[in-house]
Amino acid sequence: MTHELQSILARHHDDPTRLLQVLREVQEALSWISPESIDYVADQLNLPRARVEGVAGFYSFLHTNAACRYRLLFSDNITDRMLGNQALLAALCEKLWVERGHLSEDGLVSIDTTSCTGLCDQGPALLVNGWAIPRLDAARLDQIAELILAQTPVAQWPGELFAVEDNIRRADILLGHELQPGDALRAALSRGGAIEAAANARSWREGIPTAEQGALTTLEEIKKSNLRGRGGAGFTTGLKWEACRNARGPLRYVVCNADEGEPGTFKDRVLLTAQADLVFEGMTVCAYAIGASAGKTKGFLYLRGEYRHLLDPLNEVLARRRAANLLGKGILGQAGFDFDIEIHLGAGAYVCGEESALIESLEGKRGIPRNRPPYPVTHGYLQRPTTVNNVETFCAAALVSAQGGDWYRSIGTTKSAGTKVLSVSGDCARPGIYEYPFGVTVRQVLEDCGAANTLAVQISGPSGVCIAVDEFDRRIAFEDLATAGAFMVFDASRDMFEVARNFAHFFAHESCGFCTPCRVGTAMLRTTMDKIAEGHGTLYDLAEIEKLDRVLNQSAHCGLGHTACNPTLDTLKRFRPSYERRLKSQDFEPAFDLDGALAAARRMTGRDDAGAHLSTEDA
Amino acid sequence: MTDTFQLDGEDVSFAPGQSVLQAALAAGRYIPHLCYHPEFKPHGSCKVCTVKANGGFGNRYAASCTLPAQAGLNVESETEEMNELRRTLVQMLFAEGNHFCPSCEKSGNCTLQALGSDLGVMTAGFRHFYPDRPVDASHPEFLLDFNRCILCELCVRASCEVDNKCVFALSGRGLDKHLIVNAASGKLADTDVALGDKAVDVCPVGVILKKRVGFAVPIGQRRYDQRPISAQALDDAPRQAAVGGCAACEGTS
Repeated sequence: MTHELQSILARHHDDPTRLLQVLREVQEALSWISPESIDYVADQLNLPRARVEGVAGFYSFLHTNAACRYRLLFSDNITDRMLGNQALLAALCEKLWVERGHLSEDGLVSIDTTSCTGLCDQGPALLVNGWAIPRLDAARLDQIAELILAQTPVAQWPGELFAVEDNIRRADILLGHELQPGDALRAALSRGGAIEAAANARSWREGIPTAEQGALTTLEEIKKSNLRGRGGAGFTTGLKWEACRNARGPLRYVVCNADEGEPGTFKDRVLLTAQADLVFEGMTVCAYAIGASAGKTKGFLYLRGEYRHLLDPLNEVLARRRAANLLGKGILGQAGFDFDIEIHLGAGAYVCGEESALIESLEGKRGIPRNRPPYPVTHGYLQRPTTVNNVETFCAAALVSAQGGDWYRSIGTTKSAGTKVLSVSGDCARPGIYEYPFGVTVRQVLEDCGAANTLAVQISGPSGVCIAVDEFDRRIAFEDLATAGAFMVFDASRDMFEVARNFAHFFAHESCGFCTPCRVGTAMLRTTMDKIAEGHGTLYDLAEIEKLDRVLNQSAHCGLGHTACNPTLDTLKRFRPSYERRLKSQDFEPAFDLDGALAAARRMTGRDDAGAHLSTEDA
Repeated sequence: MTDTFQLDGEDVSFAPGQSVLQAALAAGRYIPHLCYHPEFKPHGSCKVCTVKANGGFGNRYAASCTLPAQAGLNVESETEEMNELRRTLVQMLFAEGNHFCPSCEKSGNCTLQALGSDLGVMTAGFRHFYPDRPVDASHPEFLLDFNRCILCELCVRASCEVDNKCVFALSGRGLDKHLIVNAASGKLADTDVALGDKAVDVCPVGVILKKRVGFAVPIGQRRYDQRPISAQALDDAPRQAAVGGCAACEGTS
């Protein structure tokens, strides 16, 4: 064991900011993080032991309880449920003689659920020791069970089990571009000379060296494009880059947020598969624009743990780009333009999609959102200026660099420039990736994906908005339905209460626990929804949900808490009957069933006559 | 000229770098708070000190311990809306752990209890979670009763920042978040905690208790039995502005 730990730590240069990466590799090597390995890692990294234990305890994919040869985690998004994941999970438990959530006695296998794994267009899905397997059915489960019982190492399982499809159904300027690697960068660098005439006319630019001119002009193009962040919040990219450029400090960081955890979203997975060069090119353009030519800049791609299967292909793309002088020192011959990108893998924590939590995680800590201000553009990774953008934003930025801000701005709507990549899943004939210019109606998307008899669409995942039939003419755009890309379709056969309950469980599972309202409030929402599902709910509980929403909106530390009640309130507003038919009482209900509590007394006395029951006249 | 902001309609002056809560306390104005401690950098996790602030950015709610004081800010704190929020947050903490005040050694000296009493919290208001949190009585000098932990991280901060020991840390997440100690055995006896450590004195509730001194001061004669917490919180004022960071605790880097 020590030898393996030594080589992992050596690979990470005994650097405490690499703690999460170290622990993730320990998990892969030993199938768990034993107390001894925590001791060893803490000692080598010179960290308090409790700090290492605390980090290991934060991430879902790091296990500190026991070794286990095969850890199976079924994706448990509502779309997986609609495709029958619960029955499949139960069947596999039976086949392998294990109880859900419990390690088998021989330490061979454990089966449990995890949050959405980003394979909603090809679910149900599971992860085996972190590796994704889509399109589960009875035959595939039989195959998996046999492989486990034969104790075949996962590395030797048939490759076709792990084949993930892109399912690109509609391509526009992004998915259909014809750029070659380096085109967007060359365009950026060539702006250095092109604006000299303009620069001469504006005295404040006099004396700026050519490389700086190129960077400034590229930044101007990004601002001109009106590109806004694609991760959901929609902050103007040009302003973010400019603020980062203007921040003080000799070192700058470019971080690509590929921690795509919002249930129902999987477009970043496809972009990182089909457009990896464009992602890295956008990051490199960003590095150039925010001042790479003036100092040292470094890039990180923070890849969600569920996309472990993309790590090696992405590293190959990086190696190819280094060989082509598109990364590394003196990029494309521009002296001083040094930039490289390193991939960090997450380990199962939705909250790390929040940019400051992501930065904490990059630093090897528990993924807790920071207090803001200060913001990452001035105090990000290691308290240095940092630009964090979504995968799709970097792709769009590369397009802008190559083809200009005016061109980009001419696409989409006045307030929402460009296109949006949607992850379509749920009840439709053709789930997959659809790219549209902003302004497309929900109705159009439903028609294109072959959805019939649609009851509701969950836009932008649980933290987004749930809309019903009378709202299908609304548009995908920042000014109407802003979205990070999830588009989950529910037809008339679905029970929207169960959809909301699934999302309530998701938020409670993913709350980081830092602040009181979210830690306790999301758990209370979960228990309240479960209580209603079990038939013990009352109007009082519905009022309590509204109270929780108020408290979370007023006082939660980050967006996870602010939005945690949205799916419940949205569905309560639009599909109230699916709640009301479950309520035990429409006006009041004691949480305690007095007559039920007397059952033991009746059994002991052998009585079951009317006199042994409380009056049930109000029933 | 000193900069000022408005707190419930009255001017409060502040020094650069002060948060709204720090400036308010220094000016003799009370804002209910729980995880804030004048000797440590605020981290804003309990959210009890939340206020409504109106400034150039429009209306927003923010924890006043981490909200930087700004000239022209208009802060509402002593309103029914904010106190209702605080009552609910205190109720959430009571429902989350296992708090049985009548049998707790900390009763009368407990910040959570005093705050609840002062805010008029009469019941937990929510269904209790009744978590299973075994006590750790391994150490000869101290008892750890995790049932009462409100995850304020004061012991974590004190142990790392003041004692330079990092005896305490947090693990888990969400409702499963919990206090751990710096030992492979998980037992306090195997850490280097000692009498005199700052960490063993800062617990606002009854988690870290010294052995053999329980109930030395009878209930009825304890700190918050004398005067409500709102009257006593200002005794330490003016409080020093926070300095330095804490590498070990959350949200403060």
